[in-house]
Amino acid sequence: MAIFSIENIAINGIAAAVPSKVESNWDYDYISEKERKLLIKTTGIVERRIAKKGQTTLDLCLLSANKLINELNWKRDEIGILIFVSQSADYHLPASSIVLQDKLNLAKNVIAFDINLGCSGYVYGLSVVMSLLKATGNKKALLLVGDISTNGLNYKDKSTYPLFGDGGSATALSINENNKTYFQLQSDGSGYDAIIIPDGGLRNPISDTTFIENELDSGIIRHSKNLHLNGLEVFNFTMREVAPQIKSILEHAGYEEENIDFLVFHQANKLLNETIRRKLKFPKEKVPYSLGKYGNTSSCSIPLTIVSELKDKLINNKKLILSGFGVGLSWGTAIVDFKDIVIPDLIIE
Amino acid sequence: MDTIDIFIRKLREELDDIEDQEFNPETSFRDIEDWSSMHVLILIAFIDTEYDIEVNAEEFSNLSTINDVYELINSKQ
Repeated sequence: MAIFSIENIAINGIAAAVPSKVESNWDYDYISEKERKLLIKTTGIVERRIAKKGQTTLDLCLLSANKLINELNWKRDEIGILIFVSQSADYHLPASSIVLQDKLNLAKNVIAFDINLGCSGYVYGLSVVMSLLKATGNKKALLLVGDISTNGLNYKDKSTYPLFGDGGSATALSINENNKTYFQLQSDGSGYDAIIIPDGGLRNPISDTTFIENELDSGIIRHSKNLHLNGLEVFNFTMREVAPQIKSILEHAGYEEENIDFLVFHQANKLLNETIRRKLKFPKEKVPYSLGKYGNTSSCSIPLTIVSELKDKLINNKKLILSGFGVGLSWGTAIVDFKDIVIPDLIIE
Repeated sequence: MDTIDIFIRKLREELDDIEDQEFNPETSFRDIEDWSSMHVLILIAFIDTEYDIEVNAEEFSNLSTINDVYELINSKQ
């Protein structure tokens, strides 16, 4: 199993941005009032933020990055690495990270590339940025993570539409003594179709049948450029894999629940996350939720939860577990140290 | 393991959004009005939390009554 640690890289700050447009699941009139009640109670998702026309993941990440760089008082020419993690880039090509190099006025010797991951992407992104900082000797790096998922949703699909929201984030990292981060990263491609947008890539190019809507089940109508989610399969996968991964990384690092200040999950749904929390015997107050306000924001959910729920609680030194799981299937957990971390107010644009 | 009566009482509390429905060992889930895939998730999560037993969706699809679920939990303990 891929458990490893990286020393002497610190997370200096995290910023996040969400669209100003709010949609409430109480207004989701495609389903009955009874169904709405059950949906909100079970998933914990009350409101979601929806990107405005023309607003992209890159835009939200750019806002976050500029605010973070300014609050940290970083010099832009010291930033040597820029990684963008998303499944909703501006273009099929070129990579958004390279577009962002120019928009952020970073030097031309910056290493910039994209990583295509969703719910596990923040943890994977941290591991890649930390490894590159170590390998290259660069002093400072930016990790931009986010997704606009709502443009791939079908209003007539109750299994996806009321779950997802949009968001972008920026995380600043630098070389710093006395820091150790643990990672465990895993993948299972046999479940590749559990969360998928089937058409539009090379395997299934856009065709005459792409936009034909099919009714798969009662209340589930979608076409092949919409997001498909097999809720039961993803639920089973998460119940089976996430708690054991967190237990094994804790054991590897020699920590117990009492050594950890907060456990930040990818915000999938309340029922699922609470079941994992109980399996791990973590008390409620250590496991924050932003689900109610923002829904499932894919790769952005961990940094967004930190910014919206933990901003005032991360004073001095804190030890956190970050755990992302989903599309791929892909899942990863990190144990990170936060020391005097800078968290600007959430940007609403 | 709980008796079937206690199991049904706990299940009833877990599925409290389902109104006007008597739960007994022979009750078939699919006959419950308003039964949905969301309830399957609630049930799977309940069994995991309460009895520390993992039931996957495929196993559940082979079950029909409350007693079938109770028996499956018993067989896994």
